[in-house]
Amino acid sequence: MGIRILKGGMMTTVQDLGRTGYQSQGFSVAGVMDVRSFKIANLLLDNPENEAVLEFTLIGPTLEFTSATIIAITGGDFQPQVNGEPVPMYTALYMNKGDILKFGSARTGSRGYIAFSSYLEIPVVMGSRCTNMKSSIGGFKGRKLQAGDYMNFRIKRRYLPFFLSRKLEPENFDQDSAEIRVVMGPQDDLFSKQGIETFLNQEYTVTSDFDRMGCRLEGPFIAPKETSDIISDGIAFGSVQVPSHGKPIILLSDRQTTGGYAKIATVASVDIPKVVQRKTDHKLRFRAITVQEAQNLYLKEIKELDAMRTIIHQPCKEVLDCRLVAKRLMKLFE
Amino acid sequence: MQNIRILTAGDSSLLIEFGKEISPEINRKIAATIQLMKEQHIEGVVDMIPAFCSLLINYDPRVISYEEIRERMQALVRVDARAGETRKRIFEIPVCYGGGYGPDIANIAEHAGLSEEEVIRIHSSRDYLIYMLGFLPGFTYLGGLDERLHTPRLANPRIRIPAGSVGIGGSQTGIYPLDSPGGWQLMGMTPVKTYDPSRETPILVEAGDYIRFVPVDEAEYLRIKEAADRGEYQCKVHEEEV
Repeated sequence: MGIRILKGGMMTTVQDLGRTGYQSQGFSVAGVMDVRSFKIANLLLDNPENEAVLEFTLIGPTLEFTSATIIAITGGDFQPQVNGEPVPMYTALYMNKGDILKFGSARTGSRGYIAFSSYLEIPVVMGSRCTNMKSSIGGFKGRKLQAGDYMNFRIKRRYLPFFLSRKLEPENFDQDSAEIRVVMGPQDDLFSKQGIETFLNQEYTVTSDFDRMGCRLEGPFIAPKETSDIISDGIAFGSVQVPSHGKPIILLSDRQTTGGYAKIATVASVDIPKVVQRKTDHKLRFRAITVQEAQNLYLKEIKELDAMRTIIHQPCKEVLDCRLVAKRLMKLFE
Repeated sequence: MQNIRILTAGDSSLLIEFGKEISPEINRKIAATIQLMKEQHIEGVVDMIPAFCSLLINYDPRVISYEEIRERMQALVRVDARAGETRKRIFEIPVCYGGGYGPDIANIAEHAGLSEEEVIRIHSSRDYLIYMLGFLPGFTYLGGLDERLHTPRLANPRIRIPAGSVGIGGSQTGIYPLDSPGGWQLMGMTPVKTYDPSRETPILVEAGDYIRFVPVDEAEYLRIKEAADRGEYQCKVHEEEV
């Protein structure tokens, strides 16, 4: 009882918040690219914060449900349809046995997420269910999904209280340009004053070299003082590395644990979703903020997510209206 | 150790730079710092990446703020690290050198102007410090390869190097933990699984440990391999005073 993949889409993988605690041994964290959309998908279903979801990229998958469950779709707009009818995103959706959920290509954003109330049955490897494709571990057989793959659910969970209230305003990924806030460092001191000014004042363009490992940007040359080669050190999620060609690369979920190029800045956690939802030819501008500001933004976002939880846990007003309920019930008997 | 710098790496990571060179002393200081952090169990630390001369610490700002962790780490790196450097662990890695197991050993010997036997003797006669792990799960960056054995990488990298291959690439030597493309000169194979995702500790070694290569013949290699495949082979580990 679970889901069958009819079409894999471009790049659909099982992901959660990643495999942390093993980076000292050379394991990439992997995990979802857009943590915010991921958290909202699970939140809509009262799932545990780190429950595994499907992440898809640019072209979404098609799946068949072999048992009933409740799902939530978040992230970019991949024009989801159930049995050929459009369905809303950022809403708890009841799926019946036999339903076909189909996604198109990303109209806005570039990554989408599906959470399941019945939880995907995926073995936990080293503390996580996420797919690490480079090491071929975790997720579904350590690889992206393809037609014919079948995943069971771990539990039967087909009822959620306040079902009709479980909808949120979809996030807007429609902009062609975005301001990305960064915390300077750790190696900003290796760049010239001119180089830093260029980085913070010029516009950069997302190239097609953009995958789960990183996002290469095209734009004005960022000059190092002497060299941007360093003795290899650890890389954080959102590190902005500038090799000697002077063009920034933002390192993302599947980044290597260590690297030998200077990192001019690190994207603020709350702005990483903005980066990963870009498409080729979209524009980015960087703005420096302090580490305290970045942490405050992060804590504010946690509160914002808590507030969403309150919204979806309200009794639905429509249900309190007797006439409306009567009308709806009537329909069932027509 | 005057020049320890604590640098910001975003809102959820700190980078501690212990120096700007590759040296066993700096590496020991890093290992000692990690040991101290484990003993003190700093709430909110989620992951650490030790490298040649730095340590990246990932933390959860919901649990510990930038100021708090910075202060804790400042106090911690000031602690004299000698306590952590009394013993070292040495892992014995059996290697079947040459022949079909090490197709490039003749290249290494020719480049060094030595016989294959001498290459094996030199390669297996010292302990290599594991400076860091990275690139692939369990891939060890080892220090201390004898200069005579430094050999340029293959001009034409192989598409697939089998897990367990022991090779030399430039001034480095190491073991491939899993099948991977690569350009290193292959000199032998170990039957030991340095990486096994089904094992409780998937990676055998840690940064700060040492590796000693021990030559074995083919019969011994096959015997160990059979045990290793059953998950019954235990690597010999020595503990020595530093």
